[in-house]
Amino acid sequence: MKSLKKKATFQNLITYAIVIAFWVFIQLWSMAGQMTSLLNGLLVPICTYVILAVSLNLTVGILGELSLGHAGFMCVGAFSGAFFTKAMADTIPSVGLRFTFALLVGAAAAAVFGILIGIPVLRLKGDYLAIVTLAFGEIIKNLINVFYVGKDSRGIHFSMKDVASLGLEAEGEVIIKGAQGITGTPKASTFTIGIILVLIALFIILNLIDSRTGRAIMAIRDNRIAAESVGIDITRYKLLAFTVSASIAGVAGVLYAHNLSSLAATTKNFGYNMSIMILVFVVLGGIGNIRGSIIAAVILTALPELLRGLNNYRMLIYAIVLIAMMLFNSAPKSIELRERFLEKLRKKDKKEAA
Amino acid sequence: MATMLEVKSLSISFGGLKAVDDFHVDIESGQLYGLIGPNGAGKTTVFNLLTGVYKPDTGSILLDGVNITGKKTIDINQAGVARTFQNIRLFKDLSVLDNVKVGLHNHHPYSTLEGILRAPRYFKVEKEMDERALQLLKVFDLDKEADYKASNLPYGKQRKLEIARALATEPKLLLLDEPAAGMNPNETKELMDTIRFVREHFGLTILLIEHDMKLVSGICEKLTVLNFGQVLTEGDTSDVLNDPQVIKAYLGE
Repeated sequence: MKSLKKKATFQNLITYAIVIAFWVFIQLWSMAGQMTSLLNGLLVPICTYVILAVSLNLTVGILGELSLGHAGFMCVGAFSGAFFTKAMADTIPSVGLRFTFALLVGAAAAAVFGILIGIPVLRLKGDYLAIVTLAFGEIIKNLINVFYVGKDSRGIHFSMKDVASLGLEAEGEVIIKGAQGITGTPKASTFTIGIILVLIALFIILNLIDSRTGRAIMAIRDNRIAAESVGIDITRYKLLAFTVSASIAGVAGVLYAHNLSSLAATTKNFGYNMSIMILVFVVLGGIGNIRGSIIAAVILTALPELLRGLNNYRMLIYAIVLIAMMLFNSAPKSIELRERFLEKLRKKDKKEAA
Repeated sequence: MATMLEVKSLSISFGGLKAVDDFHVDIESGQLYGLIGPNGAGKTTVFNLLTGVYKPDTGSILLDGVNITGKKTIDINQAGVARTFQNIRLFKDLSVLDNVKVGLHNHHPYSTLEGILRAPRYFKVEKEMDERALQLLKVFDLDKEADYKASNLPYGKQRKLEIARALATEPKLLLLDEPAAGMNPNETKELMDTIRFVREHFGLTILLIEHDMKLVSGICEKLTVLNFGQVLTEGDTSDVLNDPQVIKAYLGE
């Protein structure tokens, strides 16, 4: 049916339009001089979380597998991207070009980990992916905390002990310094770059969903046995979806890393809580609903900061918003109500057209 | 006529239970063959063995002369076997049209990258798929519901959609697991016409499991009766249905 296809394309265009409108709004807002430094500092993180939420929704909503270690892929992307930027400082002097390559490196590194985890785990039925990704997130964070990498004229040196055991030459530079992480990454991330990356992530995911591959992935989610019976290669498509999801999370990590002057793997930024927070964006925005993920990520990231003036009532209101969003998105009665409302609007349109 | 499906001494045990024991069947090309028997006789297990959901302990399955014993489900599907399920297994959150398009997956390829980048081939192949899927839906009178979510279809139409999806994979052999279950007599009659039509139209061989004797005696040319995992008897439909053994074990006196 042509109408169905058109409808899907139209819905996607609305999603892009919302993102662009948000960008325009922020530009106008800051031109009007209304931007506080607090709000300004939130813009890149918002883009990061939107990308993370959208990419996790590909795993949770479209593939139907639970991942509790999305922050782990972000962490891999962040460190490999920042490492690349630092290590290539002499080879590629242009910050913009280096950042572009760093994004690709981060995506590739996260994708490799996605494949490594996916190959054994996605063959299994059940919730194994949740368990393994949960462990992966914690392991990768702790691993990076004991990781030392340095660079001198002889090349790159690794160690899992301390800086001294790298055996660097006098003019050598330590790039990753264990628990202190990477310091001095150029602040290349801007809000505009963030929005562009959001749009690219959306382009990839929305087009993937609305294609032969996306149909196969959703068929596996809805009924694995039936999908197999019509000749869909289950493992291949599961792995593909999961890898794409992981690599986009890696891109978010690179964006995140280039927004900080010092990057360290702590429980706060790459820990279990972060993975759960991304999952909260996805669940509250509606599982499988990409646009919902974007809106949930923006609201839930900005809200605690915007409500700072209310002091103690801040978390109370945050909680109320969480509950309200949950009810609005998932309660059967509210879905019914929403659909009835939309139906009425449509009928009105038709009447006016006629 | 050539043999389409040749199954010899097929067996499988689950723990100590011999679910299917020394099953055999010969189905000629273009035949409409029925597999009947009491509940728990192992009919669906035979289907699962034929489609590679289970690997048989012993025995061989030849499809059109090619050995497909123990192969993976997707390979067996590509060799030309498609099936429907007793407990309907649709892609419930996809549209009716997309359910059929998933069936068309392997016959209308373009790469994932072409899909993401919206290459010209994406539009061309998607258009082919839409047209083909609508043709198939029309056969089952489902084309008006193409936009519906599959789970919103009434029960009888869900069964039909499963057959349409199976046909989309361009099978030689179609396995129908209780296609008339839950249908009223009118719907069953309509279904019988549809089954006959798709056999002629698509040049299929059909093996079906069914409890509705009106449907079985109406369209099946030959029957095998299964009881406690073993073949009780086989032969032409009218002979089998009048066999005193079959009447005793299954049909009731």
